[in-house]
Amino acid sequence: MTRLSFTVTPVIIIVVAAILAILNLGTPATSALHVSDFVVGLAGKYLCYAMLALAVDLVWGFAGILTLGHAAFFALGGYAMGMYLTREIGARGVYANAQLPDFMIFLGWKNLPWYWHGFAHFPFAIVMALIVPGVLAAIFGFFAFRSRVGGVYLSIITQALTYALLLAFFRNDMGFGGNNGMTDFKDILGAPIGRSSTGTALMVISAICTALAYIGARWLTGSRFGKVMVAMRDAESRTRFLGYRPEYYKLVVWTLSAMLAGIGGALYVPQVGIINPSEFAPANSIEAVIWVAVGGRGTLSGAILGAVLVNLGKTILTGALPGAWLYALGGLFILVTIFLPRGIVGSLRRKNARDAILPTSDEPQGIAAIDSVQADLRESGAEMEKPA
Amino acid sequence: MNQPIGPTSDTILYLSGVNKTFDGFRAINNLSITLDRGEMRAVIGPNGAGKSTMMDIITGKTRPDAGRVVFGASTDLTRMDEPAIASLGIGRKFQKPTVFESHTVWDNLLLALAGDRRARFTLRARRTAAETEKVEALLETIRLTSHRNRLAANLSHGQKQWLEIGMLLAQDPQLLLVDEPVAGMTDSETEQTAHLLRDINRTRSVVVVEHDMAFVRALGVKVTVLHEGSVLSEGTLDHVSADPRVIDVYLGR
Repeated sequence: MTRLSFTVTPVIIIVVAAILAILNLGTPATSALHVSDFVVGLAGKYLCYAMLALAVDLVWGFAGILTLGHAAFFALGGYAMGMYLTREIGARGVYANAQLPDFMIFLGWKNLPWYWHGFAHFPFAIVMALIVPGVLAAIFGFFAFRSRVGGVYLSIITQALTYALLLAFFRNDMGFGGNNGMTDFKDILGAPIGRSSTGTALMVISAICTALAYIGARWLTGSRFGKVMVAMRDAESRTRFLGYRPEYYKLVVWTLSAMLAGIGGALYVPQVGIINPSEFAPANSIEAVIWVAVGGRGTLSGAILGAVLVNLGKTILTGALPGAWLYALGGLFILVTIFLPRGIVGSLRRKNARDAILPTSDEPQGIAAIDSVQADLRESGAEMEKPA
Repeated sequence: MNQPIGPTSDTILYLSGVNKTFDGFRAINNLSITLDRGEMRAVIGPNGAGKSTMMDIITGKTRPDAGRVVFGASTDLTRMDEPAIASLGIGRKFQKPTVFESHTVWDNLLLALAGDRRARFTLRARRTAAETEKVEALLETIRLTSHRNRLAANLSHGQKQWLEIGMLLAQDPQLLLVDEPVAGMTDSETEQTAHLLRDINRTRSVVVVEHDMAFVRALGVKVTVLHEGSVLSEGTLDHVSADPRVIDVYLGR
């Protein structure tokens, strides 16, 4: 918990991103040191996943809310950016209509739906990438936390939330491009999407955002608010009998976390060039939880490391053995839960007794955590019902 | 329902005609208890007598079906939730020690200190000299000064119980509800806990639910015997021990 460790992670992120950027732009394609656009694109994508992982870790690792729907907030941020990029296509679309995106013309629409207004402006889209996930999370959280929905029940409704959005965004009449989503983007703020320098710039911006998100999360978890959050994770009823209102604490961190996921999604879309409803797929949210479990729940650098490592593995494995990925992911989760319950960073920090933020050893992790949440619920339910 | 005589000025807790039914089971049955300010009361009774439900009702975890629960002069507790009741000055210790395992002893006490509980405060809160002083004093009281930087998870069972009592004191409550404080403690820890509770009782009212008769005797306070959700007998331990009804349902078994 020294000032040094406070800055190591963001510095590593920025330095690695800078090196990749220099080797990409500053060396000829023939050079042995050259980093291809493909690699830069991958790095940018991983950094967006890292932001999603940080968001998941804040609520799961620190506040004990096992979210199985965080990719929904990521996708909403992505859609906000996708709408800007779609408007930015302008008259360069197939139908050469500057007023309406191609898919709307295809559907026979005459006017731009009201909720598309403003998205032609980049700052508006960025604000929406924060506000839409934030507001949805705040409303969802308000009702869920106020009625003390917790544990697996909350996990299940977060999963239902993302699934409901998946189905909704599949519909053409929602006005977000239905099944196909939005793609074929031309440029962002005037910079051509396909160009090497644009990709590198996006990757560097993602690195800066990830570093800032890390610093922000570090500040939050280090504050007294963060201590209450961890206390709530460990013994929620105790915080309540001390006079804290866990529902408000959860609501604050849940909403901030959704906004962070939204930024990740907004930066993700221009780098992968497409946004469609598959981003809402429940499996995506579960994968994000696995990244955090692998890297180390309750450690911020672990969340970033887990996101990068697991996705690196995914890239390599899906290249070498397509189809094997899901088995590998499932196997990884089981292995980590059994042999590395604190994740990579958590295990490395194990001996450091001063690190008070980590979930303690007798607190179950991963799948076991889900089980124990269930057991807790049964117990507290029984306690309420049981006379005396 | 006939209106009972209201609480007097030196009454800190007043339960009157309280009823609570769970799925047809009468957990609390027309329960009436009066606790004076500054009093320590031991509550005993067989399993299922309604001791924990009574605690739940006082602390706002469970809402009674009927009856009055009054704190101090006129505060109606039946309309409030746990954080609101805690902020009034009622602290509760659970049977199983419930501390924040991944925080240090110090941070456990810091979080329990009376003060602003709102998120907008804790987001910006800095530790003050007054807080440091209070935590140090509490560490002294609960004899955990040398353990201040240890994680609560690494404390012994007895130390956790003490830490939890320290957290209750940090809240600066007027009334402490203590659920089986010596369960699982060694004899010397039990004795120390009796000392500690008597110390605490000098400035605060205390309700202790306990099974351990030796401990209740060591406390030397008025005893209320619960049975089937209502008061069966009340008085000194010797008095209630001699009560044939008590012997019948509890002590004699």
